This record gives sequence, structure tokens and C-alpha cells, in this order.
Amino acid sequence: MNQILVCGLGAVSPAGWSVSRLQAALAKGDPLPGQNLVRPGGKNPLRIRQVPPPETRPECFAHPRLRRASAITLHAVTAALEALGEEVVPIQSGAVRLGIIFCTMAGNVAYSRRFFEEVLRDPATASPLFFPETVFNAPASHLAAYLGTHGIGYTLVGDDGTFLQGLAMAANWLLDDRVDGVVVVGAEEMDWVVTEAIHLFQRDAIHGAGAGAIYLKRGYGPGASATLSRITDSFLFTQNQSRSEAARKMRMQLPSDDSSELLCLSSQPAHRAATAEILAWRDWSGHRLAPKAVLGEAFAATAAWQCVAACDSIARGRFSGVNVSVVGVNQQSIGARFQACAEAVQDPG
Amino acid sequence: MLYPSLKSSVLPESNRVVVTGTGIVTALGLGWRVNAEGFRTGRAAFRPVTLFDVSGQRAKIAAEVDLPPELPRTKLSAATTRRLDRATRMLLHAAHEAWTQAGWGSSGDLPVVLGTTSGEMSLGEQYLQQALVSPLAKRRQPTRVVHYQVQQQGLNLCSAFGIPGPLTTISNACASGANAIGHAWELLRHGRAEKVLTGGYDTLCRLTFAGFDSLQALSPAPCRPFDAHRDGLTLGEGAAILTLETLAHAQNRGADILGEIIGYGAATDTHHLTQPHPEGKAAWAAMTAACLSANISPMQIDYVNAHGTATPHNDATETAAINRWAGEHASHLRVSSTKSVCGHSLGAAGAIEAVICLMALRGQWLPPQTSLNQPDPACHFRIVTAPAAAKIETALSNSFGFGGANATLIFRRWS
Repeated sequence: MNQILVCGLGAVSPAGWSVSRLQAALAKGDPLPGQNLVRPGGKNPLRIRQVPPPETRPECFAHPRLRRASAITLHAVTAALEALGEEVVPIQSGAVRLGIIFCTMAGNVAYSRRFFEEVLRDPATASPLFFPETVFNAPASHLAAYLGTHGIGYTLVGDDGTFLQGLAMAANWLLDDRVDGVVVVGAEEMDWVVTEAIHLFQRDAIHGAGAGAIYLKRGYGPGASATLSRITDSFLFTQNQSRSEAARKMRMQLPSDDSSELLCLSSQPAHRAATAEILAWRDWSGHRLAPKAVLGEAFAATAAWQCVAACDSIARGRFSGVNVSVVGVNQQSIGARFQACAEAVQDPG
Repeated sequence: MLYPSLKSSVLPESNRVVVTGTGIVTALGLGWRVNAEGFRTGRAAFRPVTLFDVSGQRAKIAAEVDLPPELPRTKLSAATTRRLDRATRMLLHAAHEAWTQAGWGSSGDLPVVLGTTSGEMSLGEQYLQQALVSPLAKRRQPTRVVHYQVQQQGLNLCSAFGIPGPLTTISNACASGANAIGHAWELLRHGRAEKVLTGGYDTLCRLTFAGFDSLQALSPAPCRPFDAHRDGLTLGEGAAILTLETLAHAQNRGADILGEIIGYGAATDTHHLTQPHPEGKAAWAAMTAACLSANISPMQIDYVNAHGTATPHNDATETAAINRWAGEHASHLRVSSTKSVCGHSLGAAGAIEAVICLMALRGQWLPPQTSLNQPDPACHFRIVTAPAAAKIETALSNSFGFGGANATLIFRRWS
């Protein structure tokens, strides 16, 4: 019973509101069309990739806690519910002990900006409706409220690699029998403050938004999408360790080379910021996928999309193993490995 | 490898976790000695806010930290040290004290688990203000973007002490610090590490101050937790860091042990984003889970350091939860909220209150809240209102936050 199974996947992205939309965009491989965002007082538009409006309004949006929730919450909850699938029923009835791990970097920035703008205008009239939504853990709280779960829930804040830290934390909760299942969500939202901040560092980056979710359980499972077989150490970018060094160490903890496997990268190959990751994986002869090139820069959501795409590729039988490489924005380099269930059963952890 | 862990798997019950070092920064001052004296006597540390303009707010006081201009010597370069933000400076003071007290040498394999609600939000505020007022002015904006982020303070800490990580930052609102310590405790208990650096921090900022004021949660006067006429909280700021080790690791190196962490519980309140369930169900669940993990009953708890923010809702809920959890033992139970001394420091609160519990256990005294005028009659427990020596073996600390994050830690005296 020591396998960590991927039992569900969810995604909200500039490609649409499902994993199938995500996978179709990635399979096509073309960068999604962007939109222009002109911020108040600005002149030059910034390129972004928005999450399109849902074709039909998800039923969950009618929940009292989601009525005026921020976009990041709606992304996170929708992705989580897609990942949980039919398991929502036993979770809501209390038959499944669910853990929630929510990962983000920029967090609920839209409401934070709006609230602080009101404070700058006149603090006495700043809206008390906005402030509670500014806390990093608001999306996790709304998700727990929708599901009616009262168990453990952590919100982890950091760069894109934080989503992989969340997967490792979830796996350990399952091994320790603290919970029966854990949904790990990475989510971000669109706001001009973040778009502009990204452009301070990388002028050709296109800001994206959305969420990705993975539902993990413990056991042996035909029927599961894949198994989580490894999360590498987290190699920090510190005074004593460069991005390149951290990327190289991460790469050394993942299998050396298999031309029949997939490598899911965190950076856009043409970007200057990708150098460390490209160098770390220069010996890789297998297939490569770079979701950011198609979907945009969405920090924790990007890493979540990488993992969702990896597991979905395995579930569709296209690959027996996928390495996920994350050389993060400004914190860490960290990798993951997912394998097909049958393969993993022969090699129990 | 974060998963699967290459460390030996052990039964959690057999792995005891001890505290070998603490560092604390509050409005009372820096370090164990001044804080222990302040909390032992219940000396409140509130004053008019000077860090930002509060003229448009209803409340105008907080527990501000006076930071010395000099930082302890670390591995950071002089240039980096000069650029450090206020939150990192608090963290470094606290970490240096804890590290020195623990007698840790080179860090080796050392997970860092921190809790915070907003990192260095004042830099984010400066960024936004400049972006709004002068959209084309980019000077200093990149630095603000980098340094306001939560992970940057943790990275600064790791660079300062040569710590390779991993770095995990939990942001569960006002329970962040307690959750961070609880997660660190679990890493050690389950054999995934032999030592962990953990704690919490938060600095006062305009956004948070105005936010609590907009909710009418701030009191214009120093807060009075569990008072029948309480009218809101008083914000504070600070940092606290603990060096945790497995008992075997600490004893093998002959470390001086300050106390033991024996229990941790966490639960989620889904009643409302900001208001706890009136019966305190999740608070009760967190306390019960902590006792279960410690394998003790409420009767064996001598002192409760309550979350006790002094808002009408929070204290009523926590009172209901403590009454239910303690049962008949409630009338013997000593409870206080040390937020009456140093305010509510949000993500730092759980860590600061953990250190206060260790101080009380080591010094054998109870932290009073001298601001109490008329205890809320709903409290079945005994609120500590005056400095007192006491024989205490175990202490429980509650931390509750927005979003329904509830966390409880239990400490035992080391003898």
C-alpha cells in the first residue's frame, strides 16, 4: 500500500476550463493567442493570456462562499472539483478524510490591489468585503467550505516549485495515514500589477492565469492515471547556489535518459531565463514539452499544468514515464517523476 | 529526496521532539531575557503607530518593534545586509539567537519551515503606490517586487546561515506560525529529518492595519482578551524561531534542552471566511487532536496560552471550545492571552506564543494579562490576571486564523 496514486486531474487555463482543453492546446503546440491589457494610467499594452469565460457557468459558483470569491478561488475550486470527480460525494458525506494543499506565488492579488487602492483613497471607507479575500489561504478555505471538509489544509507560498513541494507533502500525509486523499492545487490570477511586475524582469514573457489540481491517494491502482514515484530535493537559489547549480543537482536526481519518455519543462526554450534548465537537460534525448510556451507564465499554476500534462500523457498511454523539471522563478529548482501504474507496481516503493 | 524520503522510517510515538534554541523579537524587545521578564509580569508594549499613517483609522495603536540598526553577523555580504527588509531583519535577529542558543554549527541537511501571512507587505504597498502615482517610474520597483515576496525572507535566512533547505512557507493566516511548528514537529516525528529550523514572522503594514480596521476588529484601546467588555484586537509584529531536534539527536550532541513538543492538532472551520463557528467546533477539534497525538487528556494540561484576540466573536468561540474540551477540568485550568502584552502578530503569533510557553515551563510561572477588568462570565476557566509562580508541566497553545485555520501545539517541561 505504499504507492502514491494519481487518481484525478483538473485544470483551468488560458486554453479553457478542463484538462481536455489543456491537453488539446498542448498537443497542438502553438502558443495560444494573447490579449492586450492596458493598465490604468498606462499607455503601452501588455500581452497576457486570460482564462476565457467558461462556456457554461459551473454549478459550484452558486455556492454562497463562491459568490463573490476572487478569480484565483474560482480557478482553484473548479480545477480541484474536476480532479476529485465522483469522489466529491464521499468527501462531502465525510467518508473520505481529505487533506487540501493549496500552492500559490502571487495569491489573491486582484482583491489586495483593489483594497489597498481604497485604503489610499480613504481608509475609513475601505471595503470590509475585500480584505478577507486578500489572505493567501482564502481559496483553500473556500474549497474546504464547498466540500464540507474539516481536516488539515495548508496554503504554501513560494515560486512555481512550491507545487511540487506540495505533492511531496501530500504523499507523506498519505504514507502517515493522516488522510485518505489529498488534493493539491496550484493557482494564480490575472491582474495588471503582476503583469507589469513580470515585465520588469522579462519583457517578452506573457502573463497567464488559471489552476491545476492533482488528487492523490495511497494504494495500488489500476484505474489511476499514474503514480507519483519521486519528488527530488528542493535546491534553493541562494547566495551560495546559482540557478544553474540548483538545476544541475535537480536533474541528477531524475533518471538519466530514455528516448521513449517525456520531459516536461518549466521554461520557454527561447527565453533567456531558460538557460539553466536547458543546460541541465542538454543530454536528454526523449520527447520534450514546455507548457509555458503555449499557456504563459502563471507561476504555481504553470507547475501544476506541467504535472497535470505529465500524468494525462501517461493516462492516455503515450508515455510510460515522465520527468517534470521546475527551475523556478526565484526560489528553487525541483523535479518530479510520474510513472504508469503497471510499471510502478513492479517496482513498489 | 522529498519523496520518497530516504530517511529511516520510524514509529512516530518513538521519536520525541525537543526544542534546543529559541529566538524572539516582539515589541517588548529582542531576546529571551527581556521577553521572559515582560511576559512574566504582563507588561503591555503598545504605543501610537509610527510606521505608517493611521490618521484616517479608528484605531491608532499597535505593538511596534524597535529594531536596532545593526544585525548579527551572518554569512550575508555587507551589500546584501544593507538592502534587507524589515521582516528579514526580524527573522535574522530571532534565528541568530535560536541558532546560538542551540549551539548548531554548520547546517548540513536542514529543512526550514516558516509561517507568515504577508511577508514584507510594506514593500508591496510601496510598489503599488508608485505604480499608481507614477506609472512610468520604474526606479526601485524591481527590488520591491523581489523583496516583498514571502519566499525572499526565507531565502535570505537560508543564505545568512548557509542552509541548503528545503524552504517551506505556510500561509494559513493567523495560524501560520503554529502550523509551521506543527509541520516541523511532524517531519521530525516521522523520521524525515533530525533537526528543523522553524517559526513565524510578520511585520505591521498599512494594508493589514486598514483591513482589520475596516472589519471593525481593532480596538482603539489596548486589547482586553476574555473581558466581558472586550471590543477588538490590537495588532503587533515580530518573529520567533525555534530549533527543533529529535531527542536522540539533541542528546547525542549534549545539547541543552529547553522543552519538548508533544502534540499538534489542526482542523478547518468552514463556517465563514472570517468568523469562527459559534460553538468553536474546529478549535475543539484541533485541541482534541493535539491531545490525542500527545497521548494525554485535557486534565493533564496545566496552562493554556489562548489565541485570545479580544474580538467578541473569537473569544466567545474559543471560550466555548475550551469549556467543552476541558469539561469539568475547566475550573482548574489556567488560561491567558499574551496578545494583551505584545498584540496580535498574525503569522508570528503561534511561534511567539510557543516560545512564551517554553519560557513559562522553564521558569515555572504563568503569563498574566493585566488588562482584564471584568472576566467574561462564559469563561469556566481561570484567567491569569497577575504575575504568579506556578508548577506547570504542560502547556497548550492555540492559534486560529482567517479561512478557518485552527492549530494547537502542546509543550512539556524538560526536567
